[in-house]
Amino acid sequence: MAKHNTPLLDELESGPWPSFVSDIKQEADVRAKNEKGIDFQIPSEACDDLLGLLELSYKDGTTHWKHGGIVGVFGYGGGIIGRYSDKPKEFPAVAAFHTIRVSQPGAKYYTTEFLRQLMDLWQLRGSGLTNMHGSTGDIVLLGTTTPQLEEIFYTLTHDMDQDLGGSGSNLRTPADCIGQSRCEYACYDTQEICYFLTMMYQDELHRPAFPYKFKFKFDGCPNCCVASIARSDLSFIGTWRDQIGIDQAEVAKYIDGTNPANAGAHKGRDWGAFDLDAEVLNLCPTECMKYEDGKLTINDKECTRCMHCINVMPKALKIGKQRGVSLLAGAKAPIVDGAQMGSLIVPFLEIDQTMNKQLADFESEEEWMEYLEEKYAGVVEVIESIWDYWMEEGKNRERLGELMIRQGLQKLLEKIGMEPQAVHVDHPRTNPYIFWKEDEVPGGWDRDINEYRKHHAR
Amino acid sequence: MAFISSGYNPEKPMEGRITDIGPKHYDQFYPEIIKKNKGKWSHHEILEPGILVHVAENGDEVFTVRCGGARLMSASHIQEICDIADKHCDGKLRFTTRNNIEFMTDSKDKMLALKADLAQRKFDGGSYKFPIGGTGAGITNIVHTQGWVHCHTPATDASGTVKATMDEVFSDFQDMRLPAKLRISMACCLNMCGAVHCSDIAILGYHRKPPILDHEYLDKVCEVPLAVAACPTAAIKPSKVELANGETVKSVAVKNERCMYCGNCYTMCPSMPLSDAEGDGIVLMAGGKVSNRISAPKFSKVVVAFLPNEMPRWPTMTHAIKKMIEEYAKGARKYERFGDWTDRIGWERFFDVCELDFTHHLIDDFRDAAYQSWRQTSQFKF
Repeated sequence: MAKHNTPLLDELESGPWPSFVSDIKQEADVRAKNEKGIDFQIPSEACDDLLGLLELSYKDGTTHWKHGGIVGVFGYGGGIIGRYSDKPKEFPAVAAFHTIRVSQPGAKYYTTEFLRQLMDLWQLRGSGLTNMHGSTGDIVLLGTTTPQLEEIFYTLTHDMDQDLGGSGSNLRTPADCIGQSRCEYACYDTQEICYFLTMMYQDELHRPAFPYKFKFKFDGCPNCCVASIARSDLSFIGTWRDQIGIDQAEVAKYIDGTNPANAGAHKGRDWGAFDLDAEVLNLCPTECMKYEDGKLTINDKECTRCMHCINVMPKALKIGKQRGVSLLAGAKAPIVDGAQMGSLIVPFLEIDQTMNKQLADFESEEEWMEYLEEKYAGVVEVIESIWDYWMEEGKNRERLGELMIRQGLQKLLEKIGMEPQAVHVDHPRTNPYIFWKEDEVPGGWDRDINEYRKHHAR
Repeated sequence: MAFISSGYNPEKPMEGRITDIGPKHYDQFYPEIIKKNKGKWSHHEILEPGILVHVAENGDEVFTVRCGGARLMSASHIQEICDIADKHCDGKLRFTTRNNIEFMTDSKDKMLALKADLAQRKFDGGSYKFPIGGTGAGITNIVHTQGWVHCHTPATDASGTVKATMDEVFSDFQDMRLPAKLRISMACCLNMCGAVHCSDIAILGYHRKPPILDHEYLDKVCEVPLAVAACPTAAIKPSKVELANGETVKSVAVKNERCMYCGNCYTMCPSMPLSDAEGDGIVLMAGGKVSNRISAPKFSKVVVAFLPNEMPRWPTMTHAIKKMIEEYAKGARKYERFGDWTDRIGWERFFDVCELDFTHHLIDDFRDAAYQSWRQTSQFKF
């Protein structure tokens, strides 16, 4: 028997899409029956009271969660977000209902053993409700009380070899796409670099010392499945600078209809026979492809690596072999001065394809990390010069992208030691208001007015 | 309940403390076939909606079944996911960036058994636990934020708007009839934890009333200069206010006509709440994308300035979304993303065919970038 009547929420149980209401009710029921005999460390009615509180919001159209509340675990400034209800008397089991961010594994692969252990912990010490996953990528454990925080952290670190994620003005938990683990388009090992930088910057992740949040995201190719270009202060997008591989026999199989276009993504409608001209050559943004005498050719020098032709014909066309990343900086959502897309700062940072040793090839994780420090030295240098600059010049709560707008792209390029190139802009400036540096102008700016007046009367 | 210690000793918090160990290493979590073929994948095919096969250079195949899930998930539900993965997938699984669950097997037969198992599981309320789909030129899961379930700044609910929308567009989750993939995202306030600003269709919660000032408490719980500095339009200034009891306190004053309801002040100062049943509601945006495919990534544009919160199923909102999707499906060319379609036909035509009103709210007047969005040519459509 439900503790609260929830007529509005009940209407969200019907329909085909998985109902979060049914799921919360399921957990409420598990806690009420408690067949496993768990000695719940927060009130057993947490899920019931959450439904009751949410029903109230559905009735009156506003939230009933209070602002913040500083809680955390000793020595960390992030990873836990305090949350208190503004109706503690009516819904006592969710009066305090803090969030815990748990650092997710690469590409969100799991063993059931790990998930079961985490869920056992969470049913014992929390509400049993989660987000799989939060927007940044963390596993989000939704709802516990202050006395449980250190206990949960202790079990995570001691029994599960698992740490918290980031929150506040620090490095947020980095996130990656599925990458080379199951995708033929990935131009670098997104899991490896994501893990490496996460481990390298644990201090920056747990102890807020930045002007504001900072996000890394790793997209293996320009398809951008983790949306790094839109939502990370430093976006890593895999790319290549040699030729797209072409298998002419497979091209022919697309033309004769043996191979499904775009890996079968359009099977739900009859679009007619595959038309290489209409579907590939004419959609190429640089018009750098030709099909003559049964042979497809690409003028790779003009290619901007948009992925369209490869997406349409994945069996016939392959990403190049000289691979690396493009780095784009400053993306963010609109708060406060409007949304920003990442801007290209490092066009190509090659990643050595011969350095492919794995953790298992080393005696210890430390040795592997040293190997990766060498492999990704160029990346680390860019990151640290950006952070030095931002920590020096950034105002409180100013994202990197906002600082870039305030001081100009060339300032950031200068700080990371990158020579400005035409690829850094969509088009050159449309005004001549150039801030010349004094040493760029012969003779400098110190001039003698008396000398000037010898040739120019007052 | 009796307190159970994890082993943590509050008297000596530093004793045996383990910190800065990060996440588990991904290697431990890969399915065997993934570990074996990492970096050696040749190509893939979507066999049917929600079912993918990836083929390695050596001919190995991994079959993936992708299922939708509410991102708000209970431990019991996750335990059921584990039961399924133990039964069919050697105890391994993954989640996608868009909150889908992916079960992987190394043979077609195992995949078929898995598919049959997943398809019959339903919640007591009747909804699917593991709907299969979300691939190719269709609609996949909606990424979203906390909403009224767990956040202090939302202007709407996240889980509810998403459930209502996914129910309406469910057939496109399990089909691939659209011209290109279509990504819907949801954020329950302008903070956009969900970063919805580059989505084909974005659902955004928005406030429309300036903060209410809790003068009696403001100076006690807030740093006035931080609240003042938080305002992007300089609408907030320090002030002195005389309370009903005659006491004069330090507080702030807000120039209401300058407020754009971003809530940045409330983030810095809990004595300036914005939420309001009549003021709060939904903004719809459209035409954004993050992929570099064919055209550059682009921001979504506001196409509906405001819709009231209509609990529990937001019918006006889902109707508008559905109409946009149908017109896109009808009008766009193969491979054309939503925003590329609107760019080709022109926004004036978009408002026409989608039967949406264009009002003054939709003309950008925020900062210098606004000017870039006004029409600066004599070319337009009647």
